[in-house]
Amino acid sequence: MRYLSEYRDPVVARGLVTSIQKTATRRWTMMEVCGGQTHTIVKQGLNELLSDQVEMIHGPGCPVCVTPLEQIDKALALASRPDIIFTSFGDMLRVPGSDCDLQAVRARGGQVRIVYSPLDALQLARANPDKEVVFFAVGFETTAPANAMAVHRAKQLGIRNFSVLVSHVTVPPAMRAILAAPDNRVQAFLAAGHVCTVMGWTEYEPIAAQYKVPIIVTGFEPVDILEGIALAVTQLEEGRHEVENQYVRAVTRQGTVPARSLVEQVFRLADRKWRGIGEIPMSGLVLRDEYAAWDAETKFGVGDMTTEESTECRAGDVLRGQLKPHQCPAFGGKCKPEHPLGAPMVSSEGACAAYYNYGRLRQSEVATR
Amino acid sequence: MTTIASTGLVCPTPMTSSERIQLGHGSGGKLSAALVREHFLPHFGNEVLAQLGDAATLELPHGRIAVSTDTFVVSPLEFPGGNIGTLAVHGTVNDLAMMGAEPRYLTAGFVLEEGLSFDVLDRIIATMAQAARDADVLLVTGDTKVVERGRADGIYVNTTGIGMLDEVVRPGPHRARPGDAVLVSGQLGRHGMAVMAFREGLAFESAITSDTAALVPLVRLLKEVAGEELRVLRDPTRGGAASALNEIAQASKVGIALDERHLPVPTDVAAACEMLGLDPLYVANEGVLVAFVPAPLAERALAALRAHPLGAHAARIGEVVERHPGMVVLRTGIGGTRVVDMLPGDQLPRIC
Repeated sequence: MRYLSEYRDPVVARGLVTSIQKTATRRWTMMEVCGGQTHTIVKQGLNELLSDQVEMIHGPGCPVCVTPLEQIDKALALASRPDIIFTSFGDMLRVPGSDCDLQAVRARGGQVRIVYSPLDALQLARANPDKEVVFFAVGFETTAPANAMAVHRAKQLGIRNFSVLVSHVTVPPAMRAILAAPDNRVQAFLAAGHVCTVMGWTEYEPIAAQYKVPIIVTGFEPVDILEGIALAVTQLEEGRHEVENQYVRAVTRQGTVPARSLVEQVFRLADRKWRGIGEIPMSGLVLRDEYAAWDAETKFGVGDMTTEESTECRAGDVLRGQLKPHQCPAFGGKCKPEHPLGAPMVSSEGACAAYYNYGRLRQSEVATR
Repeated sequence: MTTIASTGLVCPTPMTSSERIQLGHGSGGKLSAALVREHFLPHFGNEVLAQLGDAATLELPHGRIAVSTDTFVVSPLEFPGGNIGTLAVHGTVNDLAMMGAEPRYLTAGFVLEEGLSFDVLDRIIATMAQAARDADVLLVTGDTKVVERGRADGIYVNTTGIGMLDEVVRPGPHRARPGDAVLVSGQLGRHGMAVMAFREGLAFESAITSDTAALVPLVRLLKEVAGEELRVLRDPTRGGAASALNEIAQASKVGIALDERHLPVPTDVAAACEMLGLDPLYVANEGVLVAFVPAPLAERALAALRAHPLGAHAARIGEVVERHPGMVVLRTGIGGTRVVDMLPGDQLPRIC
């Protein structure tokens, strides 16, 4: 497959590993922001190959994982209503709310459907004029343009039986929150390539300058990630802290301007809770007043629901990089993919699931060594 | 102002019985008899079935028989490369073949939904009958029921198969031994992705077709080459190759080491899986088998498979090892390793 196989080339990958090993004079700590990157790192064993040169901390960039419990509970409440067809991306279906998940609601008779695009949900609304169709608009800047487009189209076409339950978050405020924490250990970031495909990297320039950290816009294949690490290590060794773009085949400095403008037209910034982390000021997107008629929270009166999160799940510490998934007391025992305590064990991009699925062998080998 | 569309007041033309299944087709009366006589018998007709008794009577040679039953509920009913009928024949025939048995007889039960079009039913019956002939099995008894519209999804099919067990070749999931080679007879992931792409209306450059097929000829070839050394046979249907191999590793208390570079995943399946965030190792197959033979026999077994059109893409994908018993471990293209575990449920497409 073009644009894919060449970024999985074992010879190129081994060359990059050797080059990083030569460049690094000490062990550096860096964070990959995106859950997709976490999966590649753990799935391909990259952290093991470079364990003497870099410690990878797995960042908060998994949309499923950071969606706060109360948003899941709102989704469950909406999906349980007989007049609502609740639509969602597939991986939200198994995320546990306070008492069950969307799959369980479906089994009890709720109408829950997986869609691949919010525009499919809009189509469903047109096809079912006697029902209300709600789409669970989750994600970072990557999914925001398509969600904005669905709401914008609904308004244009006057489709009133469609609405979105918004749980959008944005990356830069989370990076700032991590860097500003007194116990921060992150010395460099691999920024999320697809977020930057939409947003470009101008937002990251002041962060790199203020906190003196290299930020490398990085893709998702093994060669991308190794190149990203190599660029970060080189900057750290040379004492530089700049924004650099590894993912040149998909990202430009300005990003995708039409997508950005649409997001800006439909959404505005607002304070947002992150699961396990708490509220980060101006880190979320909510619908602007002109689009309030398509906001499921106001339409169905679930906006006031709040939920306390379980203390047993240490997702917050994992997402902030304070705890490795397998160091959590519940990991692999009380918390497994078949009965997850928190979202990072559910999502295919969650750090806990990545460790559980791909890392057990390595941990068992370490244990028996 | 509200206007009532004129069509809303007109009684729609009643459908004639020749177009769609009605509740009466399940009544046991004349319509039921006509359904069997005009739609099932012309395709499935054979001496045993034609007697239309309360039960089929069969003459079997001495020895042990294998019996297997399976129920099919696929949506859509028809998909590129097959339909629920061909699947119902292949699924049960393959379950028998994986025991090393020679499939002989098949029964079929149909639950039909009121309103099902006879065009669809006839196509399904015709291809199903052809699939049975291709697999050398005789459909000896059957049943049809009709349920109200909305109480089923078009057609559900149950098939039960009877096969003669081999006296010597008795493959089983507990018989894998360290040193065995792990072979697959064809490309992985085609059935699952064909159905998913068609169901979800995902358009790719080329339509992915299901691999659904009877594996009987491939099993015969493997039996000739390996005889009683044919240790394990499995058709990796739901849950894909990963789940089948995990079951074998656990039943035999051995480790299985796979090499990612040798997995025969076709480019279109790989691309579709990339798009949806799925792993082809967990995607269903309906015309592929996994076989374990001692390593010295591996190349001959592979050559035998490849000589048959169904086995053209056969590959040696790994080996049985003593380390990590009960676990399947994949060596990745760039030299890392990862555990290939059982999934807790269905694979779910991811957000981004």
